Amino acid sequence: MINEIIFMNGYGLYVWSSFIFTLSSFFFLYFIIKFQLTKEQKKFGKKFRNLSSEKVELAKKQKTYRELLANTSVYKI
Amino acid sequence: MLNYFNPNNTLLIINKLKKFVLALFIIVLLLGLIEALVLSPEDYKQGDSVRIMYVHVPSAWISLGIFSLISILSFGILILKNKNFSIIAKSLAPSGLLFNIIALVTGSLWGIPTWGTWWAWDARITSMLLLVIFYLMFILSWRITDDNDKAIKISSYIAIIGLINIPIVKFSVDWWSTLHQPASVNLLKDTTIHSSMLLPLGIMTAAFALFSLLIFLMKYNTELIKIKNKGLDRL
Repeated sequence: MINEIIFMNGYGLYVWSSFIFTLSSFFFLYFIIKFQLTKEQKKFGKKFRNLSSEKVELAKKQKTYRELLANTSVYKI
Repeated sequence: MLNYFNPNNTLLIINKLKKFVLALFIIVLLLGLIEALVLSPEDYKQGDSVRIMYVHVPSAWISLGIFSLISILSFGILILKNKNFSIIAKSLAPSGLLFNIIALVTGSLWGIPTWGTWWAWDARITSMLLLVIFYLMFILSWRITDDNDKAIKISSYIAIIGLINIPIVKFSVDWWSTLHQPASVNLLKDTTIHSSMLLPLGIMTAAFALFSLLIFLMKYNTELIKIKNKGLDRL
């Protein structure tokens, strides 16, 4: 049974290569996009920490910024 | 209606939706892999090599679907001048390109045992390669200029021109004599594929669609934060 699944009557190399290529491409793209998202979130957090107190209050009043801040460490400070 | 696409309303929904889509994708993918690699039968002619279909066909469908959507959104960008459409189109492109590449690579791997060659310059394969080029041009158009409005216009024109290629990809197997087989799954005509193979194909298509949705949500989130980063400078 296991041998049948692995070798697939001589087609195992092509079938497994296709599935492995597909799944590794998924991992690759997922981690690239995740890395980009984390980078932008960190950049946002860093910029926010350097804002003056008036600007911080102004930003916190805006809905979008509140939602963004909820996903960064800045909000917990 | 356009208010639903307002970034201010969608950000909170995106964050909640991402985790749900990721969990659902993993479940559906595992189910699809078991069906595709273990439970589905081998083909009477192609043997076990037919299992490549379960990654090749959904990838091709989704890459075509995403490019069509990007093209439709591009019409919206140029006619309605809605800039949020451009963020949506930009966020859809990475998964579309990935699925296009997967379709080409898995198609080549399928071609070796069935056709005796990994590549042929036939209409279907060449038009799919052309689609990769359109995807690349669309993605690169955002990088060639710092002027955002110019980038939106260039990318929209590329997507609209690329739309001409979509029916060529779809009907190439009917219009020309190609090495590639005609479509086995049809919406308007009879489907020539057995239900025992149609089930894993459907599950894998659902899994791949969920993956595209996940990548879209993450990329869209990234693009919104980029905009808000610029907005912080203007506060």
